[in-house]
Amino acid sequence: MTTTATAAAPSSGLETGTPRRGVLSKIVDRLGSGVVQVVMVLLGLFWLVPTLGLLVVSMRTTEVNNAEGWWTIFTKPAELTLQSYQGLLAGGFTASFWNTVLITVPTTVLVIGIAAMAAYAFAWMDFPGRDGAFLVVVGLLIVPIQIALIPIAVIYGNVGIFGSILGVVLFHTAFGLPFAIFLLRNFFVGIPASLLEAARMDGAPEWKIFVSVVFPLGKPAIASLGIFQFLWVWNDMLIALVFADSGNQPMTKYLQSQMRQFGSNMDILSSGAFLSLIIPLVLFFAFQRYFVQGMMAGSVK
Amino acid sequence: MTERLDGPQDPPAQVAGGPSTGPAETPRKQRRLGPSPTVAIVFLLPAALLLGIWVVYPIVYSIFRSLFDSTGSGFVGLGNYAMIFSDQGMLTTIRNNLIWVVVAPIVVTTIGLIFAVLTERIRWATAFKLIVFMPMAVSLMAAGVVFRLVYEENPDKGLANAILTTVHDTFSSSQGYPEARPREGDQSPVALQGGAVVTKQPAQVGTPVLFPIVGVKPEVMPSNAQPAKAAPAGDGLSGTVWFDFTQGGGGTNNAVDASERGLPGVTVEAVRDGQVAATATTADDGTFRFDGLPQGSYVVRLPQSNFEAAYGGLTWLGPALITPAIIGAFVWVWAGFAMVLIAAGLAAIPRDALEAARIDGATEWQVFRKITVPLLSPVLLVVFVTMIINTLKVFDLVFIIAPPSVQPQANVIALEMWRVSFQGGNNQGLGSALAIFLLILVLPFMIMNIRRFRRGDS
Repeated sequence: MTTTATAAAPSSGLETGTPRRGVLSKIVDRLGSGVVQVVMVLLGLFWLVPTLGLLVVSMRTTEVNNAEGWWTIFTKPAELTLQSYQGLLAGGFTASFWNTVLITVPTTVLVIGIAAMAAYAFAWMDFPGRDGAFLVVVGLLIVPIQIALIPIAVIYGNVGIFGSILGVVLFHTAFGLPFAIFLLRNFFVGIPASLLEAARMDGAPEWKIFVSVVFPLGKPAIASLGIFQFLWVWNDMLIALVFADSGNQPMTKYLQSQMRQFGSNMDILSSGAFLSLIIPLVLFFAFQRYFVQGMMAGSVK
Repeated sequence: MTERLDGPQDPPAQVAGGPSTGPAETPRKQRRLGPSPTVAIVFLLPAALLLGIWVVYPIVYSIFRSLFDSTGSGFVGLGNYAMIFSDQGMLTTIRNNLIWVVVAPIVVTTIGLIFAVLTERIRWATAFKLIVFMPMAVSLMAAGVVFRLVYEENPDKGLANAILTTVHDTFSSSQGYPEARPREGDQSPVALQGGAVVTKQPAQVGTPVLFPIVGVKPEVMPSNAQPAKAAPAGDGLSGTVWFDFTQGGGGTNNAVDASERGLPGVTVEAVRDGQVAATATTADDGTFRFDGLPQGSYVVRLPQSNFEAAYGGLTWLGPALITPAIIGAFVWVWAGFAMVLIAAGLAAIPRDALEAARIDGATEWQVFRKITVPLLSPVLLVVFVTMIINTLKVFDLVFIIAPPSVQPQANVIALEMWRVSFQGGNNQGLGSALAIFLLILVLPFMIMNIRRFRRGDS
């Protein structure tokens, strides 16, 4: 922690500590902020460069990649090519992309719908054992998914959905629910009681209040949940490894199967990894506000 | 607690706070028109079914399954758990998880705190936050591929070693000439002695020394090597180290010919009575000179380090460094999370408290340590605990970054659980025991969450 603070306050120790700031302390501040600027630029590069490297590698031929590092692009620009991407899309990657979509979209819709109903009940309905039941949900927030891999594999084997997309979707949905219910319930509780009471006074049925009052008012929280859930499922590898067979495998599992020959499959791996992160990045930049809100609200996960 | 990476914050929306702030109070009393419990059950049913079958039942099933052997029919009691703590590979796995839990959360929280404080001092904070936060959106699979590239051992391919070797070569001028050796024979003025090349006759100040070297491989010959020159005689001890070989034949052995090139960057030592009296480095034309050396005779030596292979960086993906290397990737992924949470906490600190302390004469360092950090401690705790839970569950990064041959040394519980249950081993009794072990490890944090939530609720 000591190093933290030293770095955090570069001008500390040099400042007089008096409320009056002399010329000298202003100069020191300027210098300090210059150092901070440089350090921050370097740190930013440190975070950006690895991904940039992946992009460059994916756009060069295997021969060039084997001969020299991707950073030589700056000194002697080798010809960039989409060859790797053509090879990738001609192989099994395209099917795995659609599998990822087929897994992610239904899961996100199911989690939002089912969790919103439960969250509404937890927030605005009275029933025996409500608080205890909600504490169970809070407890389930951090259950490791490893606990369910074996039991659910046995069940899926008996029912006959092992390896199917349905099985993967249901598993994701169940494990997305605790976080989703937690997030939405805490939001719904903040809806003004007068709005709900007015609707109930008018004799509106609960499902109608849910659809026309709670759901529209909950949009910000639902957007946060949606983006978070989408990315979580899109990026998952473990559940896919266990429950998706090779015909139904998403991108992560397909790319993992190419890892064994890392060197010789570099073209497929780099281009595939880059394509797999395009959609999450676009979503992230478009909805970063909701993403951050969802993350903050669910930081126990 | 709302936060956005761009621009000023909105007035706090109604989005729920995390458990750190506690939920709003459930309005219970004023609800007289509420629906019957039957309606509530209908709303809860789908969630209850999914959670019951996919999450709660598996916990019970796993507890029982962990008491049976791989076939599922032989009762072994706690045998599977005993195996976790006795098998050598398993102990390595647990040791790795221990390293993860001790190192990764501290590093991530510290870096998050540094970044959060530093972003307050720059104008382009939004751009910085977006860049550092970006890996959060990317799959750990893709992050793993990114870091497999970074950690490639060959400095011409892997970024980490490219940086290391560049830094190393900047600070150490010695150029590696592996397998190079002195010209042999009676005519040669130098000989090999314990890996180093030394002058046969003691060198006198004022008489240039010649080091004819052969066996320099073309690929290690530096591009800046110039045609070799004989060092001018004069005061001071000087000489030439050069590649005594003329392409296509010709040239005189043990003499500096115009067609021959000097060896730049060779470390040269002047030794007197077994002590190194001075050190020099050869220029591009292979000449060197010791200035200000007292008169007398010296043995001039090219130490062995000149003939070792050039520094090639670290074996990141080898057994020794694999866990620290993967933790590095983990930090890259999660630093943004820590930074954004802590920055939100920083923004919530009342400015007057800081100003009051400054007016009272506190230094920036005191303000930071005595006011900022204590006020931030709830947020720091949330980040820290989240990272502990994440490190306990770490799977993808280890699985992708560690090459198959090194995976036993990089193994963690979550990966071993999958491997034992679904790969090769197919021992679901042991796999269940590992899953329960993992559950027990996160149990304290589960209880912590529940207690914190109840406190916030009442």
